[in-house]
Amino acid sequence: MAGRSRSRPARAVLGSALAALLLGTTACAGAGVGGQDGRTVTVATVANPQMQDIEKLTGDFKKDHPGIDVKFVILPENELRDRVTQDIATRAGQYDVVTIGTYEAPIWAKNGWLTKLDGYASKGGYDVADIVPTVRDALSYEDGLYAVPFYGESSFLMYRKDLFAKAGLTMPARPSWQDVANFAAKLDDKQGNVAGICLRGLPGWGEVLAPLNTAILTFGGRWFDEDWNARLTDPETKKAVELYVNLVRQYGEPGAPNAGFSECLTAMGQGNAAMWYDATVAASSLEDPKTSKVAGKIGYVPAPTVKTEHAGWLWSWALAVPETSKKKDAAWEFVSWATSKDYMKLVGQRLGWARVPPGSRLSTYEIPEYRKAAAAFAQPTLDAIRSVNVKQPGLHPQPWTGVHYVGIPEFQELGTKVSQEISAAIAGRQSVDDALAKAQQYAEQTTLKGGYKK
Amino acid sequence: MTTMVATAPAERAAATRRRGARFRPGNIGVGIAAWVAALAFFFPVLWMFLTGFKQESQASTDPPTIFFTPTLDQFRSIFARDFAPYLINSLTASVMSTIFVIMLATPAAYALSVAKVGRWRDALFFFLSTRMMPAVASILPLYILATNIGMLDNITMLSLVYTAMNLPIAVWMIRSFLAELPREVLEAARIDGASLGTEMRRIILPMIAPGLAATALICMIFAWNEFFFAVSLTSTRAATVPVFLVGFITSEGLFWARLSAASTMAALPVILAGWVAQKWLVRGLSLGAVK
Repeated sequence: MAGRSRSRPARAVLGSALAALLLGTTACAGAGVGGQDGRTVTVATVANPQMQDIEKLTGDFKKDHPGIDVKFVILPENELRDRVTQDIATRAGQYDVVTIGTYEAPIWAKNGWLTKLDGYASKGGYDVADIVPTVRDALSYEDGLYAVPFYGESSFLMYRKDLFAKAGLTMPARPSWQDVANFAAKLDDKQGNVAGICLRGLPGWGEVLAPLNTAILTFGGRWFDEDWNARLTDPETKKAVELYVNLVRQYGEPGAPNAGFSECLTAMGQGNAAMWYDATVAASSLEDPKTSKVAGKIGYVPAPTVKTEHAGWLWSWALAVPETSKKKDAAWEFVSWATSKDYMKLVGQRLGWARVPPGSRLSTYEIPEYRKAAAAFAQPTLDAIRSVNVKQPGLHPQPWTGVHYVGIPEFQELGTKVSQEISAAIAGRQSVDDALAKAQQYAEQTTLKGGYKK
Repeated sequence: MTTMVATAPAERAAATRRRGARFRPGNIGVGIAAWVAALAFFFPVLWMFLTGFKQESQASTDPPTIFFTPTLDQFRSIFARDFAPYLINSLTASVMSTIFVIMLATPAAYALSVAKVGRWRDALFFFLSTRMMPAVASILPLYILATNIGMLDNITMLSLVYTAMNLPIAVWMIRSFLAELPREVLEAARIDGASLGTEMRRIILPMIAPGLAATALICMIFAWNEFFFAVSLTSTRAATVPVFLVGFITSEGLFWARLSAASTMAALPVILAGWVAQKWLVRGLSLGAVK
């Protein structure tokens, strides 16, 4: 009896607590939606160091634009791509600004996913002509500009000047891949824990394939010809891949099949590699004494070539406004702020001149403080970026825009599969011939299924 | 911890049986093996904890840096990125979903074990079968549903998804605890005129409380660590701690130290909850093990 009489108040308390909980959460959710309807710009971005700097400086943006709030969604590259694609395809419209690369820009523009920015960019003091022309080309589709660069990069060869001097070697102003192979053989020092060269071997279309594809192009090879016939078993392609795989197997870093940009950055920065062929953005980390033991000891020369005049790649992390955004004007306010001339100066003054986003604007290279802080690598970086031909980087015409990737949506999957075969060859689990035979087969299937090949 | 406590009586019994035989070489071997296994499992956690106190350049050396001057830089940079909203979202989603799960699973388990409704075996199997479909197969319908009802990036939505995700496991767990209850106790209560409510509240719940605690903790851990639904269904307002964590991974630059520091922070609440619930958890998980 006693139990029963006590039970009613207890039940009432439980019931009301539950009701309060439910009401509370719904109220919170409601308030959240209200905030979204205001002028909140949601920015989806990758976690690269320069992007983290934007987040730090956003307070300045909010101060100048009191009506606009900025929220960041920071994800790794692949998750970001999945999330944004899903959001745009289902027209959920959660993102107002997205960070994309040169690979996505033309493909997404073709799909009608991105807002054309020419109208916005031509207004005010934005100065679209100041954007590095090759980068602008890479972010355009059918003469429309669909993204503006936050920073741009090419690739170059980094080498240890001190080790070269000690061995009595001289790096030519424009090295060939054969030069690089010879140097690597001479400088490789297994006892001293110094690899002759660090080259990416990690599977992934944005990992091992990036430097490897520039080698394939300069050897005169290619992925596809103009009619989308796969050309991965051509003798030129094979020669390039053989050189790359043998080089990294014989004189490369330990654990090469698992080494990507970050691993090579560590190896080079810790003094465990004599040369490294990779992205130009690596230089700012290598010249920072806080993270690098070899600051001031590194020389920079253009990407190794064979048959072409230049061989660097071109990549840019750029900001775009999805077509599904409901706040395009506010989004552009943010995009134009983060890619403006003034932003470069803001970064320089507040975070240090070496941290200014490189490779996006020509005027950046005229700032005296930046030229001084980045004296070792500013000019080689700009030269590398400007010399890229994104429409025809190799010896042969190609039916897409882009250097170290094939500009079709299917390339993500195809590239990943091919990169796994290459990585397996680097690990010694199969020959280069076998890897390329499989790669050729994948490439043929892809263009056939995708309806490219007529 | 679980095994230690659970096996303590058995060990004592064994010790009295063969007094003096405790330090046989075989026992030492087993002891060493246990220590090696424990250290092997614990080492990655310890390494993560230590790496959080390193500088980025120290965190990615080869060979690994063992001696270093600890720094709080990484933790500082995490708090500079406004960790609190993610933490609150994770807490809300885990606690809310766990409350819902226990409230729904307890009566369901009662119906499937004590009351034994018709076709209870089929019902139980149906519950389990919902876990057989991979989460990725249900994400698109869920995403479109959330978009259409305006619940995308909403913590209530995420809590409901976690409730659905954990419900089958909770039903199975609680059912096994209920199945261990002595029938006689329930019958005695009924003979004394206890209603279903009284029987539930005054007999069953106190007896399976440790089991409920264990179930709740497991559901909470699952919800706390869940990444796939969280990353797919949220963006800025409802993002949880696991989503915050992966934001440190970058393809250009070093991130191990900061990621480790952030992971340590993310693991703390769960470790604390587990530590607080330890006594109950051990009783709950070994409930019915010794009759």
